Amino acid sequence: MTSIRAAMRHPQFRAGAKDMLGVSLGIGAWGLVTGVAMVKSGMSIPLALLMSLTVFAGSAQLAAIPLMAVGAPIWVIWATALCVNLRFIIFSAQWRPFFMRLPRMKRIALGYFSADLNYVFFMKRFPQAREGEGQISYFFGGSIVNWVAWQFPSIVGIMLADVIPTHWGLGFAGVLALLGLTYSMLSDRATAFAAVIAGGAAVAAFALPFRLHIVVAIAAAVCVGLIIDGSGGAGRRLRNLLAEPEPRAKPRDDARETAA
Amino acid sequence: MIMSNWDVFITIVGLAAITVFTRSFFLLSDRELVLPDWVRRGLRYAPLAALAAVLVPEVVMSQGHLVDTWKDARIFAVAAGTGYFIWRRGILGTILIGMAVLVPLRLWLGW
Repeated sequence: MTSIRAAMRHPQFRAGAKDMLGVSLGIGAWGLVTGVAMVKSGMSIPLALLMSLTVFAGSAQLAAIPLMAVGAPIWVIWATALCVNLRFIIFSAQWRPFFMRLPRMKRIALGYFSADLNYVFFMKRFPQAREGEGQISYFFGGSIVNWVAWQFPSIVGIMLADVIPTHWGLGFAGVLALLGLTYSMLSDRATAFAAVIAGGAAVAAFALPFRLHIVVAIAAAVCVGLIIDGSGGAGRRLRNLLAEPEPRAKPRDDARETAA
Repeated sequence: MIMSNWDVFITIVGLAAITVFTRSFFLLSDRELVLPDWVRRGLRYAPLAALAAVLVPEVVMSQGHLVDTWKDARIFAVAAGTGYFIWRRGILGTILIGMAVLVPLRLWLGW
């Protein structure tokens, strides 16, 4: 505990908290909708609270809830959650250099709290693992805000599921938070192009079971990225194309193209 | 809920285990982890791709199909949010402006 308190005194703790506060409205709206969805699916309040406080993974919960409501086999629910969460396995490989000097139980604990937004903000701020920069403090700041911004509205949603209307599009605040986050992460054209590919692939593969379209999309983007980086002819042509001094492609263009 | 409370409990415990397992997967081992160079390079593209893979279907699809009408509040909300982001580069404002466009369209016009 003393190490957490020491981490909280570091200026990076505030920086991490501040970055996360900027998207907390979106996190909260999403948490609220997830809380309501759990109870509306017929789950009892104690079990919904247990799910919120232990599973702590919005996208996996939202994928699992409708399956639980229709009484799908438990292994199907678990397989779906595993696929939705596969991206975290990739992320954990990138957390490794930052966390490896800590003992195993602490690493697992930090891993448990490392949701998508923690990952995105952290990796944007710290390209390389270095001691003495307060990187862990930054992580604590962001994860504490993220946890509260998610759990508090989620519990409110569980308790007040019958009186909170959701038909006016409350849940879309979470999508808009992701949108803003995606834009703020667009740094170079190669990753932006790979993201456009991922968006298109996700739509094309949407009919796959277990929400595997997310896995397909990440795989497609990584392949395209490796082609761009590689020494083959296709990569060279793509690099030339992406190097032209025209306005950067944005995911919105991708949404239009796939919608057309 | 068709499932018994006990089944729901077991399901939730499993889901929590999946969260812990996936989020700490490469943090579990104490041994040196050597990723091939191409994996390292490829991973650079994963985070944005994961975001886009979640985001794009939420905007352009409904009930598993591409939207075939422009009378969809989400498209206008995303356009407004995008405009705000280009102007000010703030995430909070993107959320607020997007919702300010979405909510009236949905409540008053039923889009």
